[in-house]
Amino acid sequence: MSVPRYWREIKPRYRLLGKECTRCGGKYFPARPICSCGSTEFKDYKLSENGKVVTWTVIRNPPIGYEAYRPYVVALIELEDGLRILSQVVDVDPEEVAAGEAVEAVFRKVKEDGKTGIIQYGYKFRPVVK
Amino acid sequence: MRKVAVAGIGLIKVQEYWDKPITQLFSEAAFKALEDAGTTKIDQLYISNMSGVLQQDQLNMGALMADTIGKSGIPATRIEAASASGGVAFHEAVKAVASGYSDCVLVGGVEKLSDALPEVVNTSLVMAEEQEYTAYTGVTKIGLSAMLHRLYIDQYATAEEIGMMAVKSHDHAVGCKHAQYPFRMSVDRAMDSPMEADPIHMMECAGIGDGAAAIVLCPAGKEGIEVAGSSVATDICSLTERVEPLNFNAVKTAAEKAYKMAGVKPTDLNVVEVQDDVTINGVLSLEGLGLVEKGKGAKLVADGRTARDGAIPTNTFGGLKARGNPLGATGVYQIAEVALQLRGAAGDNQVEGAKVGLAQNMGGLASICSVNILRRLGK
Repeated sequence: MSVPRYWREIKPRYRLLGKECTRCGGKYFPARPICSCGSTEFKDYKLSENGKVVTWTVIRNPPIGYEAYRPYVVALIELEDGLRILSQVVDVDPEEVAAGEAVEAVFRKVKEDGKTGIIQYGYKFRPVVK
Repeated sequence: MRKVAVAGIGLIKVQEYWDKPITQLFSEAAFKALEDAGTTKIDQLYISNMSGVLQQDQLNMGALMADTIGKSGIPATRIEAASASGGVAFHEAVKAVASGYSDCVLVGGVEKLSDALPEVVNTSLVMAEEQEYTAYTGVTKIGLSAMLHRLYIDQYATAEEIGMMAVKSHDHAVGCKHAQYPFRMSVDRAMDSPMEADPIHMMECAGIGDGAAAIVLCPAGKEGIEVAGSSVATDICSLTERVEPLNFNAVKTAAEKAYKMAGVKPTDLNVVEVQDDVTINGVLSLEGLGLVEKGKGAKLVADGRTARDGAIPTNTFGGLKARGNPLGATGVYQIAEVALQLRGAAGDNQVEGAKVGLAQNMGGLASICSVNILRRLGK
């Protein structure tokens, strides 16, 4: 992982910052250069930090860099504003995740790039305490 | 545009070739295809390969492979479209002959996965997804399919019915000389195997293998096997932006275009090869191709209707699950297998009287798909 490649994604990843089309209000995370309405004009949009699990899996044979966390849950989450996001769900027994479960965003370490590389962070979600 | 024919095919068995480099795997398949076509005169080469840049540190594979088979001088390039590389490369080759730019084109699919550790292969598979917001979550390629698998179980079918996709592919691999796993597997064996990415079991996923397949394309005459339809389509890459995650839109779009080109309907197909790298992907592909209504793909398979003697003979040499899945080569294997069926040269795997066949090859989470339809000309 190079420093600029990591650095340029910090704002969206650390703040859950997407884009909103100024013409039709279409919301995107991550940002894209053109809206489905054809507009290329966007403003920053802060995503909702709460949502519900739509579907999920448990990763048991992870890609390189994620071994320390296995087994871990990755879920498709529908946020309160209707946007969907893909994220790990943490602080939960993988066997106890359920469809419709309420989750909230948290800031967490994602992986380390070897002993001397970048320690990478980002969003994960966890169940909301009832 | 000119009509295009499949003039020669060459396959090697999918397995782990510890003693052979990737160049040799390609040359073995290429020489077989050229011998089968009865020519040595090719004027263009397309190589389909997904991950040679990672497993073998190899770029510029077009020039290297042309040189390997003694054809340096001709135009050559590598096509990479993740697991759809083979079908997409074939499609590009069809256009090269159809346009008149080239008269005889060789398409060579080659992939060598045994040079890398399993976790490297696992990592390279998810490189077919967007890296900063999809792969960054730590999801795997099978994990993405697993999320669809769970939605499908919730709405349409049991885990066992979906698992039958793998069982049927294994049934068909028995007797196939180029299959990696030519033996039967029970649904209990699949369901009792460890979870790979819940709710997908390990034995519902294609394994890792090396392979190479090659096809010679030339202008069509009055007999032989013609390329009746050939198309490529793409879809929104991220699962988060797809309105209905269980719709494989790229498969549907590519299929509709290929059917129209070929002037055939799904019910006209005598043999079908689909991308069953994971059971649910095979099921959703059958639905995307319009072979069955949405939500009924798993039941179609479980009812035996995709068996070799069923209404829609599917994955007649074992599919990705049992023939094997050498990523970038897979799509070329599929098309070569359809051609073998239409020639009546499928041996123990023959579907009697097959005249029209389809091969569907996709990459990423169905973000790109190629559909190629072949038809036997003459009697």
